[in-house]
Parts: sequence; C-alpha cells; structure tokens
Amino acid sequence: MKLKRLLAIAYKETLQIWRDPRSLAIALLMPLMQMGLLGYGVSLDVRHVALCVYDQENSQISRALVQDFASSNWFAVVRQLHNEAELRDAMDRSVCIGAITIASNFTRTLDSSGTASVQAIFDATDVNTTNIAIGYAQGVIALVTADFERNWLRMHGELAQTVGSVDLEPRVMFNEALDSRNFIIPGVVAVILGLVGAQLTSLTVSREWERGTMEQLISTPVTALELMIGKLMPYFIVGLVDAGFCLIAAIFWFRVPFRGAFGTLAATTMLYTLVVLGIGYLVSVRIRSQLGASQVALLLTMLPTTLLSGYTFPIDQMPHFVQMITYAVYPRYFVTILRAVFLKGSGLSELIGPILALVVFAVLIIRIAARSFHKRLDER
Amino acid sequence: MMDIAVQATGLTKRFGSFVAVDNLDLSIAKGEVVGFIGPNGAGKSTTIRMLCGLLKPSAGRAEVAGFDVARDPEAVRAHIGYMSQKFSLYGDLSVRENLLFFGGLYQVPRGEIEARMHMAIGMAGLEGREDVLVQTLAGGWKQRLALGCAILHRPPVLFLDEPTSGVEPEARRKFWELIHQLASQSVTILVSTHYMEEAEYCNRIALINAGQLVAIGSPGELRRHALGGTLYELSCEALGAAVTALGQMPEVIDAAIFSDKLHVLMRGSVEALQPWLATRGVTAGQPVPIAPSLEDVFVQLVSRSSVAGQT
Ligand SMILES: Nc1ncnc2c1ncn2[C@@H]1O[C@H](COP(=O)(O)OP(=O)(O)OP(=O)(O)O)[C@@H](O)[C@H]1O
Ligand SMILES: [Mg+2]
Repeated sequence: MKLKRLLAIAYKETLQIWRDPRSLAIALLMPLMQMGLLGYGVSLDVRHVALCVYDQENSQISRALVQDFASSNWFAVVRQLHNEAELRDAMDRSVCIGAITIASNFTRTLDSSGTASVQAIFDATDVNTTNIAIGYAQGVIALVTADFERNWLRMHGELAQTVGSVDLEPRVMFNEALDSRNFIIPGVVAVILGLVGAQLTSLTVSREWERGTMEQLISTPVTALELMIGKLMPYFIVGLVDAGFCLIAAIFWFRVPFRGAFGTLAATTMLYTLVVLGIGYLVSVRIRSQLGASQVALLLTMLPTTLLSGYTFPIDQMPHFVQMITYAVYPRYFVTILRAVFLKGSGLSELIGPILALVVFAVLIIRIAARSFHKRLDER
Repeated sequence: MMDIAVQATGLTKRFGSFVAVDNLDLSIAKGEVVGFIGPNGAGKSTTIRMLCGLLKPSAGRAEVAGFDVARDPEAVRAHIGYMSQKFSLYGDLSVRENLLFFGGLYQVPRGEIEARMHMAIGMAGLEGREDVLVQTLAGGWKQRLALGCAILHRPPVLFLDEPTSGVEPEARRKFWELIHQLASQSVTILVSTHYMEEAEYCNRIALINAGQLVAIGSPGELRRHALGGTLYELSCEALGAAVTALGQMPEVIDAAIFSDKLHVLMRGSVEALQPWLATRGVTAGQPVPIAPSLEDVFVQLVSRSSVAGQT
C-alpha cells in the first residue's frame, strides 16, 4: 500500500464531495430531519392513548381515579364499559389500547388494608406504545397516591404507617413519561447512521463506472485497498459529522440524559461508522449502476436497522428464530452500546461484547469489500 | 528482443460464444507508432484493453514492455499510459487537480511533479486555464489533457483508444503532432482511429475486422501490395455491362464503378483487358494505372475478409 496513491484518492474524493454541495447538504441535513421525524414520531404518537374504563364500583373515589386518567393528557377515556364481555369486545376491535378495571371492592380494600389494585390490560400488538402507556398509567397512579397521602395528612395531622395507596397491575418498573423516549432516541441515532452511512458510500464506486472514469482509474497501479481506504476517508469525516449532529440532537434537543464518557461515545461511534460505510462501499463495488447501488444499499440496511436492531421492537420479545437472526444485524450492537453509554454511563470495559461484535463486522466487511473489487472490466 | 515493446500471439477474447478478438498476432517495435484501424465492433478496444491488463485474454498471450498482461498486469500498468475510448478525466475537477491526481496515482516524485504538470499543461495548450473545471473545456483540449495525464509518469508504451474521435480537424492535427513528439522520444504508441487520413501519420497500420487482423504494414506497403494486384482506372460506356464482363475475366480481382469510371484491380498483365471487353461488346478506353488510396485498400480488404468470414 502506497500512501501517496491513497492520499491522491482521498484528496480527489474530498474535492468531489465538496464540489457537489447539494449532495453534501442532503448528506448532512437528512439525518437531522430523520432524527426529528423518528424522534418525535416516537414521543408524540404516544399521547391520548385510547382507554376504556370498567368501573365496577362507581364510587366517589373510583370516579375520581378515572377522572385523573381522563384529565391526564396522556389518556383519553373513550368508553365506559359495563361487563367483561364488553371489555373483551372493545379490546378485540381495538376500540382502545388499554382498559382499566376497578374492582367493586376497591374503596373497601383501600380503607381496610391501605392499598388496593387497579387492573390494567394493554393491547400488546405495539409493544413500544404499550410500554409507554403503562409508564403513563404508573405516573397517573403515583399522582393519585400522592393525593391520598396529602388528604390523609390533612385529615389525621400525621403520616400514618399505612397510607392509602393504589397499585397498578401488571406491576412494571416505574417509568416517568420521558423515560421511554430516553430509551428509544439513542437507538434512533444508530438507525439513522446505519441508513445514511451506507447511502453515503453506496455511490462512490458505481459513479465512476457510470461516468467511465473507472476504466482509466484501474489502468493505473492503484490497488483495491488504496482505492477503498482513500475513498472511505472523506466519507468517514462526513459520517462522523452526521453522527455528531444526531448525538447533539439527542442530548440537547431531545434531552436524553447522557451519563457516559465522551471518549467511549466517540470510539464506539467511529467503529460503527466504519461498519456502515463499509457496507455501502461493498454494495458500491458489487453493483455498477448508481441507482441500483443506492437502492440495494437501502433495502439491505432498512430491514435490519429499523426492524431487527431492537431500537423500538425489543429483541427479547421477538420469536426465537428472529432473535437468532438479530445476532447478525450489526445495528443491534450499536443500539445496545448507545443505550448503555447514555443511560447507564457504561464504559468500554462493560461494553466489550458488543464492541467486539462490531470489530468483527468491520474487519469482515472491509476485507470482503477489498477483495470484491477487481481491476478488470470483465470480473465482478 | 529488447526492442519489441508489444508482442501478442494468438490473442483471443470471447464474450460468451461471441469472439470479439480472434487469434490476433501483433508485434510492435519500440518507438513505433502503430495505427489500429477497423470498422465499429471490429475488436480494437477489446484488444487494447487486453494489452492494458483490463480484460483477461480467453486464449493466447501478450507481453507489454516485457511483462505478461495476464500474469503480471500490475507491472504492465506501471509501464503504460492509457486513454480509454470514453473521455475519462474528472469533469468536476480542475485541469491542475486532474493532473495532480494522476501524478499521485503514478507516484511521480514530489520534486518533479510541478515540472511535469507544467509540461503537460503546455502540451495541451492550457496555460492560464489551470484552474478551470475540465467539464467546461472543448473536446480537443480535453483529449490533449487526457493525453497529458496518461504520460505524466513517462510510460514507455502508450495505448490511445480513438483519442481524436469527435474532435475538430485542427485539434486532431495538433494531437498527432503530440503523438509524433512522443514517438521521437522513443515512446511506443498503439492508437486506434476511425479517420483514414490519420492512418497516413502512422509508421505501420494494423487493419482489423471482425476480430481478425486483416493486414499490417506501412501505409506505402499497404497501398502497393495489400490488394494483391494493380489498380487501373478505366473509362467506358456501358459501366454495368463492363462490370459483369470483367467479373468473368480470370485476371480481374475486383471491378467497381467509381463515379463515371471503373476501378479494376488486376493481377498480372493488363494487355488482355480491352480485347476481353471488346469481344463482349463493350468499348473501353486505355486502362490507366492508379495508386489506391488507403481508403480503397481498407474497403477492399474489409469486404474481402467479411466475405471470407461468412463462408
Ligand atoms: N463486455 C462485453 N461483453 C460482450 N460483448 C462485448 C463486450 N465488449 C465488447 N463486446 C463486443 O465485442 C465486439 C468488439 O468490441 P470493441 O469495443 O472491441 O470494438 P471496437 O473495434 O473498439 O469498436 P468501436 O470502433 O465501435 O469502438 C463488439 O461487437 C462488442 O459489442
Ligand atoms: Mg472501440
């Protein structure tokens, strides 16, 4: 490998990127737009969750509880139910996403034992929405409980050991409203980078075939490896800028708490960028038309990044054989890494598993891409 | 063998069942300018691409600058300059940037690159336009710049695939001056072209048709010997009848109407021509020997080889 030839390629490629400001603008702004779309799509969709209420008691307290749900802005009470059959029917016909059932002995249980349960049934077709909705319900219940405490305090002048409190079934870990967003936005960054990165490089070789410059290029002593590294270098910078934009949007716009170290974030982002650029380059080497290359790159990255990466559809809820497939889906590792770095503040040592997986991908893809390129017109 | 720059033996390229280049033998001496001429689809580009190591020969072998094109294509690439048929510099890069790019690829030493770029720019006549984007240049300048890029590393062998196609005559003439300038520095050049008058500028011409080498020789040799006879011009009255009559005469290789005269290609003596026609009722004037143009020669040879190829 000769540095001089590598740099000649990198410099030329940089000039070409620079001379095509429209494509560059798209490359830089597209991820931000997608960030907005996906980011808000995630958080805004889950408002006014349609809720049915089966209030078996219909007491003052139970009606107040329902009112708390209705006025919460997170839920919209769309129907009052009067028996189990209606409930099943409403769920079956997707009249609502969730149904709250208040038992006929709710107030009595609360008074006697100080704690009572509200049963919540959620339609789990859309796991993501359901998780968020359960979180919201927990939030409402928490407010209700706090109210009870205040009332108790007012009436009794002291905080008793057994305070009236309400539980929500099924019991899930407490979620504040924003938590699900925090969970998903880092994944969104991985998804967008996965899509945009492959698009960035998918045209770089096919463009030269289409314009006829490739025939001249391969008549020179340049090697496949020099060509690849030289071409990837400037796109690596573009990819990192894209990644930077997305991460900045995640932290400062979507206000996802960032608990990790910048170095960990930077190192893993670079690694992932390398993988996604490599995928695009591999496609570009294999397919000699620009349109074909760009579409294959999209098809190849769309499914794994959006459906199988676990960014919105949790992997552990997928059928077993699909779970097996996801091990071969490189974005899942970066989704895991980003979530851990953002929310848990994990460092490199804790992330060694997914990092190694990405390293393996990077090495494999780059090797295959370098070998796929032949300096002949008749070999593909 | 030191002075042979290009040596092809039995060079063959098949695309599926189609034979694009068929058992081609070609030997080019160092410093020679060889013109590669043939109709569309004759196999010129395919041959040149094999010689550049861009296509793998299906059979036969070729050595360029002493290196085998199939076994050591990288060594071949380091010793050749190539201009592909399709213009292939970067339109969105400036004159200077294109030169710098190819200079880098060919690893022209840092201390020399400026001087060589200066020379290439001068050669292309692009002084003062170094920073102009190449896509804005007219055809002739583009082609001369492409030549400049192809010789930055001073290759001993140059392959130019129709470098003057679509270029206006004045620019074509300039281009050929450059070719001869390079040849005088003992660069070996194989150049394909469609223009017959350019054939005259070559030391030797290789005529190719349907993948086969039909004839090779200097323009003079081809004119004198390639047809296998002597060409006569003949004025006569009934041109059609004359052609039919001459077709039956054993000494006549070919007879064709050429505006209001006949061109008759004959082997051996021309004495019997007039009597032969007279006995068949055609009065003809005195046959005058004429020198065939290269175009005559090519048309003749191509039509003969096509006929041979069909039978
Ligand atoms: N990659 C390929 N696959 C199949 N056929 C090909 C391929 N490349 C060339 N051919 C065919 O081989 C024949 C020779 O093509 P080639 O380009 O060598 O001709 P040429 O003499 O350069 O013609 P032109 O003057 O049009 O450039 C043509 O019939 C062409 O269609
Ligand atoms: Mg050609």
